[in-house]
Amino acid sequence: MTLITTLARLEAVHSGRAQPAATVRHRHLSDHPLVFVPLTTAGETGAPLGALVGTDRDAPRLLVVPQPRDRDLRFQFLADLADVVLPHIDAYAESVEAAERTETDPETGKRVKVTAELCADAPQLIVPSRAGLDFVRLLGRSMRFRRTAEQDPDAPYPAPPRVPLLGRWLTHYGERARVPGSSLLLALTDVLSRHWATGQSGLEDQHLGALLAWIDPPQDLTGAEAARRAELARDADGQLLCPPAGPATDPAFDNRLLAPAIERYDRARSALAAAEDPLQADTRLAALTRAEREIRDLVESRTRPTWDAVWRGLDLLRALPAGAHVEGRWTRDRWSFTAHRDRVLAGEPPQPRRDDAVTAANKLATREREQARLEAQEALDDPLVMAGRRLAGEAFAGEVTDVVMAYSEGKRPSPRPLVTVRTDDRPRLAERAKVYRSLGGKPQSAEFVGYESDGALVLRILDKMGRGKEPEPGSVPDKGDRVCFTLFEHEQRGGAKLPDPEETPWTHGGPPGEPAPEAPDPVTEEDVL
Amino acid sequence: MTTVDFDPGAAAARATDAILHDTLHGGERGVVVDSPPGAGKSTLVVRAALELAGAGRPLMVVAQTNAQVDDLVLRLAEKNPDLPVGRLHSSDADAYDPALDALPQVRTSAKAADLKGLPVVLSTAAKWAHVKVDEPWRHAIVDEAYQMRSDSLLAVAGLFERALFVGDPGQLDPFSIVGSEQWAGLSYDPSASAVSTLLAHNPELPQHRLPVSWRLPASAAPLVSAAFYPYTPFRSGTDHGDRRLAFAVPSDGSGPDRVIDEAAESGWGLLELPARHTPRTDPEAVRAVATVVRRLLDRGGAAVSERTPDPAPLTADRIAVGTAHRDQAAAVRAALAELGVPDVTVDTANRLQGREYDVTVVLHPLSGRPDATAFHLETGRLCVLASRHRHACIMICRAGVTDLLDDYPSTEPVQLGTLVKFPDGWEANHAVLSHLAEHKVPWRA
Repeated sequence: MTLITTLARLEAVHSGRAQPAATVRHRHLSDHPLVFVPLTTAGETGAPLGALVGTDRDAPRLLVVPQPRDRDLRFQFLADLADVVLPHIDAYAESVEAAERTETDPETGKRVKVTAELCADAPQLIVPSRAGLDFVRLLGRSMRFRRTAEQDPDAPYPAPPRVPLLGRWLTHYGERARVPGSSLLLALTDVLSRHWATGQSGLEDQHLGALLAWIDPPQDLTGAEAARRAELARDADGQLLCPPAGPATDPAFDNRLLAPAIERYDRARSALAAAEDPLQADTRLAALTRAEREIRDLVESRTRPTWDAVWRGLDLLRALPAGAHVEGRWTRDRWSFTAHRDRVLAGEPPQPRRDDAVTAANKLATREREQARLEAQEALDDPLVMAGRRLAGEAFAGEVTDVVMAYSEGKRPSPRPLVTVRTDDRPRLAERAKVYRSLGGKPQSAEFVGYESDGALVLRILDKMGRGKEPEPGSVPDKGDRVCFTLFEHEQRGGAKLPDPEETPWTHGGPPGEPAPEAPDPVTEEDVL
Repeated sequence: MTTVDFDPGAAAARATDAILHDTLHGGERGVVVDSPPGAGKSTLVVRAALELAGAGRPLMVVAQTNAQVDDLVLRLAEKNPDLPVGRLHSSDADAYDPALDALPQVRTSAKAADLKGLPVVLSTAAKWAHVKVDEPWRHAIVDEAYQMRSDSLLAVAGLFERALFVGDPGQLDPFSIVGSEQWAGLSYDPSASAVSTLLAHNPELPQHRLPVSWRLPASAAPLVSAAFYPYTPFRSGTDHGDRRLAFAVPSDGSGPDRVIDEAAESGWGLLELPARHTPRTDPEAVRAVATVVRRLLDRGGAAVSERTPDPAPLTADRIAVGTAHRDQAAAVRAALAELGVPDVTVDTANRLQGREYDVTVVLHPLSGRPDATAFHLETGRLCVLASRHRHACIMICRAGVTDLLDDYPSTEPVQLGTLVKFPDGWEANHAVLSHLAEHKVPWRA
């Protein structure tokens, strides 16, 4: 935890309210995000219990699995989910614009600009918490290798038609969420705790109710009191007033409400199966419908508060203006979305279970580059974030007290002005360290020369002054200007190109060979009730 | 601890001969050499390079940092001034040590094509990754291979046919700034070390070990070996009494002076400050570090070793301060400047890797902390800090670290398929602390 976050958290404890950790919004928020609040069944990995999903805060679609251990009902749930999610994705996939991107020409090996289709916008998926992200990945993993009856007539338990496709999309969203700064799939608790510092631990911040209680407490309570109530307060029946944001449910709910309701449902179902005449079947079908209705009501009662909390959190975030670099990062998300759309359209197989050596290394390199880019961009977009970097000695702001013109040696002397900056910050400057400032959105670099006797810093400006002997107007700070330099670079260099997977070297096991189509997971005894 | 029939010189020579034999005449594509601290790793790399070049086999050398590459170039030039050497460097300003410009046999360039045909070409892994060749080198030497990441080896492995991998398994593991749990357990986990990927795919490769540390004194080798290399023990090349540290000015009875005397006598000293939870840049501990350094210089130290018959004065360039974090290093530098002590190296464990000093003063990574995180417990960090010295190591630490360790047993999630590292940081820390407890001096008596 950085010093400034520690200070903000102490202030939050002292004042009883979360303190801002950012003055702008550092993540993209879509105008029509698809919110997904899933619940899972205790003790059954990957067995969904139900979900609220949709883009209209007033009319979420409720999906419920009345008997989560029944494969057919589970498939029905996934098919229903696909019916909500896939049309939403398709709507975005169809609207494209022309854009340029650089590619390596396969013949010359040079980087060339090519025109490509880019989706004009991408669908954004929002889940309440980090556990929700994992659940999206799990659903994707459980669906993408399934075979439909159309793909494989002999499949023992064919999946409903669009379920494998939903699995591929959820897998893509789950992977993209691991890229720092991406906004295709967001966990609301992560985004909220990026923008506010509460008076509780990072672990406690993962409870959406408690987090919102700190950020926006009810009038008569402090953040700590409200958070405590969100975590612990129960009604007369022993149920939490603020149910957990899931996907895991509260054990008291499971034991006292859900388990008896599912048992009633099972009994009604067996009774219906054993019905002897149409009249009896009618009555028993009504009983079964009642039992199912009861479970639907229970699931809705546990997901609706979270659903409303997610939208409240989105309102809080929307009140912040977007950071300057957010749009650029969202464009990368759009490229990622477009690329996956193209892979699906091209009929490529689903993402493999495990990355090969080259793919894994490329992913890690991309994420490290994005992490560095995100940290630099957040600081440049937001004075409060920059203040944290200044406090950590990674940047400094101050006033220019002197500018002395100087020139580089050599045949064509170029301007290398010496700029003296007085600052109260204490940057960790090594000898001849490079520092950067933003000049019209582009980084201008300078070199640390030394300290004046009064502690002021002397910098030598190195570039972005034009080609002439005299620097272009505005490219060198004037006496009296306020300037802010960082010790970290603003832009990231691309890494080296790795070999193609077919050319994986012997140190890494050699080429992976022709990819075999991945079989769906084998059916085990536990799968069939 | 000494056995009469152990001749460190002969043991080291045998190991080196076997390594060179496998490298020059072996049939495998790779040879792996584990080297404990100060066991002559660079000497081995230089010798292997010279022998390969001497046998008419051009080779490339991959090191991890520019400083390491420059150091190898200088050593090669010193050993064989007639051998043409290529130094491939980045196109940044100050890409290499300007001392190389003074050597006529060293050609420097930012383009690999300019260095074509030279018997030895050296560069960093990052620079090699941008090089494309039509025909791969027949040989490569990869230095500090345990600090190289698997993905970085992936980028350069296509450049050579066979390679000698040299490194110290006990030092800091490579790290990534983003999570990589997703690939944990895969043989080619891109965030793992190059050697672990190499050996997972090529378990039949010959593995050697340098058995003697020439840097660590007889007082330090047994502890470092037992605490950090329990299954691959090594010895010191010198015996008790071969090295001595003496001070002209007698002790003034203060904590710093007494810990200096204890360390001069036994090779280890622990200056213990009262237990307290502090910020990372604990002002009291930082002051203690600076005071110890100041007294080391003021008291006119003289070091006797097998290198020189006469005592060598203990000067500022022979002392280093090691910390866990960069802000701690900055705080110590500021405190030293206040006490008027220039020229003493102060750096983090990461940057002290591969360096050697007569005396080191270490701010213990867990001193004053309320918790023991994986970063602070990392075995390699403590190993680097406790194995940079030729004569003595003085730790500065707040009391209560043993209790802290007991309160925070390792809780890292277990990942299937990963190689479990022994010893873990928890155990190594306990081993070092229990040894240091015998050389404890309180800050104020």
